[in-house]
Amino acid sequence: MSTVVERVWATLEHLTDPEIPVVTLRELGILRDVTETPDGVEVIITPTYTGCPAMGQIEDDVKASLLQAGIPARVVTRLAPAWTTDWMSDEAKEKLRVYGIAPPHTTRPDVSVVKFMRHRPAPDEVACPRCGSTHTVVSSQFGSTACKALYKCLDCQEPFDYFKPY
Amino acid sequence: MNAPVDYLLHLADNAVVLGQRNAEWCGHGPILEEDIALANVSLDHIGQARLLYQLAATRLGGDATEDKLAYFRDETQFRNYTLLELPHNGPLVGYAVSDRDYATTIVRNFLYGALMVLVWDALEKSPDADLAAIAAKSLKEARYHLHHAADWVVRFGDGTEESHKRAQAAVDHLFGYTEEFWTSSAAEDAAVAAGAGVDVRSLRAAWDAIVNETLAEATLVRPQVRGYVPEGKHGRHSEHLGYLLGEMQGLARAHPGATW
Repeated sequence: MSTVVERVWATLEHLTDPEIPVVTLRELGILRDVTETPDGVEVIITPTYTGCPAMGQIEDDVKASLLQAGIPARVVTRLAPAWTTDWMSDEAKEKLRVYGIAPPHTTRPDVSVVKFMRHRPAPDEVACPRCGSTHTVVSSQFGSTACKALYKCLDCQEPFDYFKPY
Repeated sequence: MNAPVDYLLHLADNAVVLGQRNAEWCGHGPILEEDIALANVSLDHIGQARLLYQLAATRLGGDATEDKLAYFRDETQFRNYTLLELPHNGPLVGYAVSDRDYATTIVRNFLYGALMVLVWDALEKSPDADLAAIAAKSLKEARYHLHHAADWVVRFGDGTEESHKRAQAAVDHLFGYTEEFWTSSAAEDAAVAAGAGVDVRSLRAAWDAIVNETLAEATLVRPQVRGYVPEGKHGRHSEHLGYLLGEMQGLARAHPGATW
């Protein structure tokens, strides 16, 4: 017999990001926690970017899946600790790469704000998800969504998205 | 102690007004990549504003909602910096509303972005846990906004003769409005007194360093500023805010409570 918490995790395991259908909400770190409460189950999710239009869809997907599975649950959005791309598993990062999105580098949160500007960092050296070359240039800091930057590979000439560290 | 609601509204109004203003570029960007970039930056600003309005509404209690705060307050109740409501038309392209000057857009984003990385960085440590949580997320986004704007300030300033001329004109046009950052307001003073806010004046040296260094790299000159100091955060705005809100609030006011 599996517990209700295990059933919730299993039910939500198939849910993927509406924009990036190859990675699950759990792998992205959006699905934070599931706990049993006296009146049902509480599912904690955390938003990615504050303005990400997919968040509404994600919350609806979580609620609909649990409803369909007949599990009474409350979905709670929690902001802290702030979502970070560092929560993404290596497995998820590899799925992104295969899908054609260069996975995020590790964040550098210890860099102070002023120092961040003083040594305005060169754009991350990002490997092309198609040919693996690091001979790439940034075309724009913002790609098809806020969480991605647009890069171009100078070897295979393909444009590609880079999931920015957040 | 928690930050007062008026302080949350000041931060939220800043974000929503600039978000709405920059969204005007959607479909009209000078190049496709920038059209998309500005739309994404706007989404971040509107997202930050939503979190702040939601928090303010929770603390106000009663029938307050984020939508009421954003769509049903009038111009004189908005607490945003005047800088953020100005149209995109720069001094070199005339004053027709349809004339948007990207140098003006970018320089404004830069001057405000340089402030907000410092503000969010400070508020991330606020004892007001809800505000600190919003600040921690907003800081991550503000860094990308500043990075984007600073890159373009340098590219314009140190670019062609024409781009340099327009960038310098935008800097000269907008710089005076940043004086409002360093004046005090009752909401900010109350937030600082409660220990939950940041005294923006304490960030001035760091802001100067970011701005001076970037302008130098861009071969642009920081103008001497004197004269009138805007009072947008006191609710005394330029004539431009009313039109902006008219567009932003029109639909919600025509169909109160509508959902889709």
